[in-house]
Amino acid sequence: MSLENLKAAEDKLAQIVKRYPNKRSALMPALYLGQEAVGYVSAEVISWVATKIGVSSAEVKEVATFYTMYQQKPVGKYHLQVCRTLSCHLAGAKPLVNFLKEKLAVDAHQVTADGLFSYEEVECLGSCGTGPVVQINDVYFERMDSEKLASLLERIKTELPDLRYSTLKDELGVGLADMPRSQLVNLKEGKHGAS
Amino acid sequence: MAHHKILTENVHYADQHEIGRYEERGGYQAIRRILNSDPLSIMEEVKTSGLRGRGGAGFPTGMKWSFVPRNTGKPIYLLCNADESEPGTFKDRLLLERDSHLLLEGMMIAAYALGSHWTAIYIRGEYAHPAACLAKAINEAYQRGYLGQGIFGSDYGLDIVLHRGAGAYICGEETGLIESLEGYRGQPRLKPPFPAVVGLYDCPTVVNNVETLAALPWIIKNGAAAYAQIGTEKSKGTKLMSVSGHVKNPGVYEIDLGYPLLDFINNECGGVREGHSLKAVIAGGSSVPVLRADELAGVLLDYESLKTAGTMLGSGGMIVLDDSTDMVEVVANLQHFYSHESCGQCTPCREGGHWVEKVVKRIYEGQGFPTDLMLLDSVCSQIAGHTICPFGDALVTPVLSFIKKFRNEFDEKIMAALDRHLV
Repeated sequence: MSLENLKAAEDKLAQIVKRYPNKRSALMPALYLGQEAVGYVSAEVISWVATKIGVSSAEVKEVATFYTMYQQKPVGKYHLQVCRTLSCHLAGAKPLVNFLKEKLAVDAHQVTADGLFSYEEVECLGSCGTGPVVQINDVYFERMDSEKLASLLERIKTELPDLRYSTLKDELGVGLADMPRSQLVNLKEGKHGAS
Repeated sequence: MAHHKILTENVHYADQHEIGRYEERGGYQAIRRILNSDPLSIMEEVKTSGLRGRGGAGFPTGMKWSFVPRNTGKPIYLLCNADESEPGTFKDRLLLERDSHLLLEGMMIAAYALGSHWTAIYIRGEYAHPAACLAKAINEAYQRGYLGQGIFGSDYGLDIVLHRGAGAYICGEETGLIESLEGYRGQPRLKPPFPAVVGLYDCPTVVNNVETLAALPWIIKNGAAAYAQIGTEKSKGTKLMSVSGHVKNPGVYEIDLGYPLLDFINNECGGVREGHSLKAVIAGGSSVPVLRADELAGVLLDYESLKTAGTMLGSGGMIVLDDSTDMVEVVANLQHFYSHESCGQCTPCREGGHWVEKVVKRIYEGQGFPTDLMLLDSVCSQIAGHTICPFGDALVTPVLSFIKKFRNEFDEKIMAALDRHLV
């Protein structure tokens, strides 16, 4: 399954490589494609990227472990990132983390038994005026509180929306940009649709 | 006071991100106008405008461009820094999401003035929605022939590539950004040589912030003199301020530089929350020294006035703190950020950052020792000035400035801990 997905990403990667004066610059986009295909940056993804870019696996791993958005182990279908930095902290980020820990009954970076959810605390997401913010996959949910988060989790469970601007799609997020933000966070009417 | 709307004139239109709407409202006129003129004259125009880098350093933009050697035979690269990651800063996001074409036009102008044919926007990975907006705008521009070979029917070719980061604050530092764009860890380079001479792929490179580039279409359309009339003698034009914390109306505001800080908080941002009083302000992102409420009278929002007051305008990411705030808690929160975001390249920052965080945390948790403030001072003095990039200096700023300004709160926590030890 994941091998097939990686194979499917190869044409896309070939296009991306062409954009840069130097092939190595496509290493980070390649890691995104690999992560998108497999779900996290597995050993398989590392060696795929190494082969495609023409560098050693060690060099790819060095890059993959430097950046926090490359997941080193599987995450939930919905990965929640709670901003913990000052402005969100002042606006009440900590109660959200406590709520998630209790509600999901797992620690940060662990996946719930149904494979649906995982969470972690992250540093400033640039949503300081609308905090606290919870990023679920690619989508920001702003001005959150435990109550809103509880109902959001329920809706995600039943509606299973696609909350990713898939890097495997024709172009990153094209089409989604047309939607106003209010619709992006409105799961019922969002064009992401249920998968 | 009515502030000029140079960057935010059209952000309230829901359809501004569409290329047709952008053009109807006067977009892509500035770039059309300059395509037959001498690139050096554009650079002179930007110099005359007094525009300074809006990412944090405030370095004159035209002068930065003038450091680029044009006869090396190597390509010249323009990079847009959209890695907005400084805590408290969310100003660029507004432009990226709401007026993507304004940034693209600004990049076209800068690239033309520099003689650059390949440019990239380095956007932080978490900004998936802004990246989607940009990707769409870039596609539209290519479809209309505004990007690619011979833009707007001229013989000048230009590419803009969107490049997503993947979660690393340090990539907002321009040489860290370049390393990252080259496909490596985002660890900053020793300077000199500066990127203007040895940058991306060892070629001359200019890195400009989103807000800086977005000001260029207005400057070209209205003239450098008109821009230079706004603001103060040395801080010209407008600045985006992103305000968060304990104000009634957090958000992004465009102000004429030189506007009084207290007027800004009280008149534009609605003042602090009901029933509370102002305690302190971090004026320009978490890496600048904090100011107490009693130090704010007469302080203006411009580079010079804030410097005189002992702090910086920085990125314009203002965090307002009211009387309910525990300052030790604030520092504990921020030092966690800095120890997490150290790139690990320089020992003083990598190791020292963790020590600073640990010591502040134990003071906050009531486990501090009477010697801890001296210890912090000692550790910080071995970090600041001893690292490759300014991150080391940024790391020690919150802890040192908060201890200086709110010493009693640290002392109280330490004394309480001491009592507990003695009992």
